[in-house]
Amino acid sequence: MQWDIVIGLEIHVQLATKTKIFSGSSTAFGAEPNTQASAVDLAMPGTLPVPNEQAFRYAVMFGLAVNAEIGRRSVFDRKNYFYPDLPKGYQTTQLDHPIVGPGFVDIDLDDGSSKRVRIHHAHLEEDAGKSLHEDFDGMTGIDLNRAGTPLIEIVTEPDMTSAEEAVAFAKKLHSLVSSIGICDGDMSQGSLRFDVNISLKPKGSDELGTRTETKNLNSFRFMEQAIAHEVERQMDILEDGGRIIQETRLYNGDRDESRSMRSKEEANDYRYFPCPDLLPVVIDDAFIESARDLLPELPDERKARFKEQYGLNDYDARLLSDDARIAAFFEEAVGQGKDAKLAANWVLGEFSARLNAEDKTVLEAPITGSQLGQLVARIADNTVSSSGAKKVFEALWNGDADNADAIIEAQGLKQVSDTGALEQMVDEVLAGMPDQVAQYQEEADPKKQKKMLGGFMGPLMKASKGQGNPKLFNEILVRKLGG
Amino acid sequence: MTISREDIEKVAVLARIRLDEEQIPALENDLGNILSLVDQLSAADTDNVEPLAHPLDAVQRLRADKVTETNQREAFQAIAPATESGLYLVPRVIE
Repeated sequence: MQWDIVIGLEIHVQLATKTKIFSGSSTAFGAEPNTQASAVDLAMPGTLPVPNEQAFRYAVMFGLAVNAEIGRRSVFDRKNYFYPDLPKGYQTTQLDHPIVGPGFVDIDLDDGSSKRVRIHHAHLEEDAGKSLHEDFDGMTGIDLNRAGTPLIEIVTEPDMTSAEEAVAFAKKLHSLVSSIGICDGDMSQGSLRFDVNISLKPKGSDELGTRTETKNLNSFRFMEQAIAHEVERQMDILEDGGRIIQETRLYNGDRDESRSMRSKEEANDYRYFPCPDLLPVVIDDAFIESARDLLPELPDERKARFKEQYGLNDYDARLLSDDARIAAFFEEAVGQGKDAKLAANWVLGEFSARLNAEDKTVLEAPITGSQLGQLVARIADNTVSSSGAKKVFEALWNGDADNADAIIEAQGLKQVSDTGALEQMVDEVLAGMPDQVAQYQEEADPKKQKKMLGGFMGPLMKASKGQGNPKLFNEILVRKLGG
Repeated sequence: MTISREDIEKVAVLARIRLDEEQIPALENDLGNILSLVDQLSAADTDNVEPLAHPLDAVQRLRADKVTETNQREAFQAIAPATESGLYLVPRVIE
């Protein structure tokens, strides 16, 4: 049987505020356990929450960036459940009157098409603390530093139909919240966490199947694997005539397996009610406009500008514009030379490969955009060959010198582009290889001739000590051999 | 409106309240009375009344994003039953 896959996402985004959503405790990462947990965060009797204005500003910025309606009057509710990392016994969240209403995000797919994913809403809420289950003689350790960290939970419509689309959306959202500066985007520290709702329905059917929720995926790769895993699991059950139970599942990426976390029946009875400790928050036009003024260029706008300003194709423009830091690096590199396409190739090629290999971010790279830009300029003006350029890149990366010109000079990588000198070398090399010259000239197939040119290149590069401009050598060879 | 024994037992579980068997009939009666009162309220015509999120007719004030709290861990943990390495210890939680 053929199945349609239906995917919706819930994304928790930690907001990059200095303090918590309801208290003046620091949210800085990495502090000693419980040193950033105040009386409010610990739910001491008699404390009252006071909301953080910046959390609202960030949420509104997000709403504007996804073309959403802003909730002019947002209300906090209590979601009741017991867990030791939630000292109050309830999470303060927003149920019926969220800060961000319906909006949308357009995603680009690998086949070049684009797709609109609708945002159902996004609401403000508080994060819980952390439970540590190891090493405490059968006890669980609780660190409440994270308790009360502001989150927005973004809920999409079930608009995605494959793991590819879900991951494309997740990456786009990551790019968006990092670009506008409301989240540090550090997924390894849990700054973005994805819950994936998945159901299957017979191909073409209008009726949605029962869904499961796979929680707390914190990497794009795990997300892709978890979706593939869950789709297969559901398909097996349905094709054996079974039925899907609505439940929350946990995915273990290291083992590629999942297990049921809890049946929704009991756990889902959260008994929401409006929080009596908090009054409705009213957002006026002035607040919205001041948030709009803080929005930097959005990735979509940047992509359009890169295509227009630098003549990049859609694919390169997208890769360079998604991450604001990569985009800034690229623009710095382009500033040094005129060849934007070449700069794009180097940023997306050699430079990105090196970052990946060393697991570094752009900010941690040992070279700057303008250093790479200078190298690109030397490739563009034929000072250095592309193989020589790789040596220069290597030396820049290792910090042997701080600019490309110095390295080209020191390592003798300057290309000989003096046609007179190159012609003389070609004449000498050809004179020493009469048989190959004759073979070439007797060959009727131009494709084979082209291949045979390679046989002359080796000796030529040797004769020029690797410094001859290969492109010019090629031109001269073809001319001389043809004549 | 009445409330069943099962409802009471379920709410007790959700609220982590231990009930003795003999308490349940009295609770059935008390909670039933409260629900009757709610029924009475529900009968009022509210077609032209805006839903109320809070009994005070006021708007929430917001706070500037400045750190105002200092580390008081020692004071807080002085009243905790068990701590270790700065963590609060609780009976093991297994999901």
